[in-house]
Amino acid sequence: MAWKFDAETPVYLQIERRICADILSGKYPADTQLPSVRQFALEAAVNPNTVQKALCELESRGLVYSKGTVGRFVTGDKQVLELEHSSVKSRIIGDFLKSAVSLGITKQEIIDYLNKGEI
Amino acid sequence: MYTLECNKLCKRYDKVRNVIDNLDLQIPEGKIVGLLGPNGCGKSTLIKMAAGLLQPTSGEILVCGQPVSEATNSLISYLPERTYFDSSMQVSQLIGFFEEFYPDFDRARTLHMLRDLGIDVNMRLKTLSKGTKEKVQLVMVMSRNARLYMLDEPIGGVDPAARDYILNTIVANYNPNATVLITTHLINDVEKLLDEFFFIGYGGAILRSGSADEVRESEGKSLDELFREEFRCSVNY
Repeated sequence: MAWKFDAETPVYLQIERRICADILSGKYPADTQLPSVRQFALEAAVNPNTVQKALCELESRGLVYSKGTVGRFVTGDKQVLELEHSSVKSRIIGDFLKSAVSLGITKQEIIDYLNKGEI
Repeated sequence: MYTLECNKLCKRYDKVRNVIDNLDLQIPEGKIVGLLGPNGCGKSTLIKMAAGLLQPTSGEILVCGQPVSEATNSLISYLPERTYFDSSMQVSQLIGFFEEFYPDFDRARTLHMLRDLGIDVNMRLKTLSKGTKEKVQLVMVMSRNARLYMLDEPIGGVDPAARDYILNTIVANYNPNATVLITTHLINDVEKLLDEFFFIGYGGAILRSGSADEVRESEGKSLDELFREEFRCSVNY
């Protein structure tokens, strides 16, 4: 099944985020090889150049590295992974807070909700 | 060198207007490109000129740097908007026909794709449904190792599942030396495949071009949404 994309965000960014999430969740463990550009492109049903761009972004952040012509691998660097984890965390929580604020939900309401253990 | 290049290209069918009016266009190699525009804006006319089926009224059109000729025709794999196959042929005869005609035809690839789509090679073309005929035609065209694929409305008549398969076929056959030119109205379906798009207005004018991701980045909307805005038809009751 082709990946689903929303209409507002650039597709390469959505691919980048998805692969990043799959690395952080352990679907692609540290120091293992990632699928090739072509495999990703077929699975996601997108242009291979778009996948290439997403992987280059991940590479420039140090989350994946190239091993010559063999392909790309997930980093084993714990610090890089932790940094990614915290930036994903702030993005997700930030998005949530933005929509909560726009609906007029107060900080106290959020805290009460969390304290009730409804997570 | 561009895979397809038009310089001051004009085409007119009658004395009233130019269907293509002074078009300049460059399409590089290794790209999947969408030519998107409303009905009657000259997309098919452009493709037919590149395929050597129509003569430009003025201006030039170059394929891989050469003027359109027999030599450039052998570099192009063209999917016309209508089928031109002899309907009394069997699919297997058609395969033989293509094999004789095009040295770059890959029989194994054809058989593989036909099997995936559940099409029996012993069927006669006239017994196939419209959508199945279109699938056969697309399979034949994508089975060549061409430099330029020109697909005129490749997914218009097929069901959504086959559409996905066809689009996947385009991705799977992606080759950095080849360019794929697609015209379609089903922008939503092809958007994710395109490196670049061209919005063509009446008279073949390029109203806008770029990559779909650039549009998302700068305007936060998909190509489909942008198309609907750009070519909005006003309703007058």
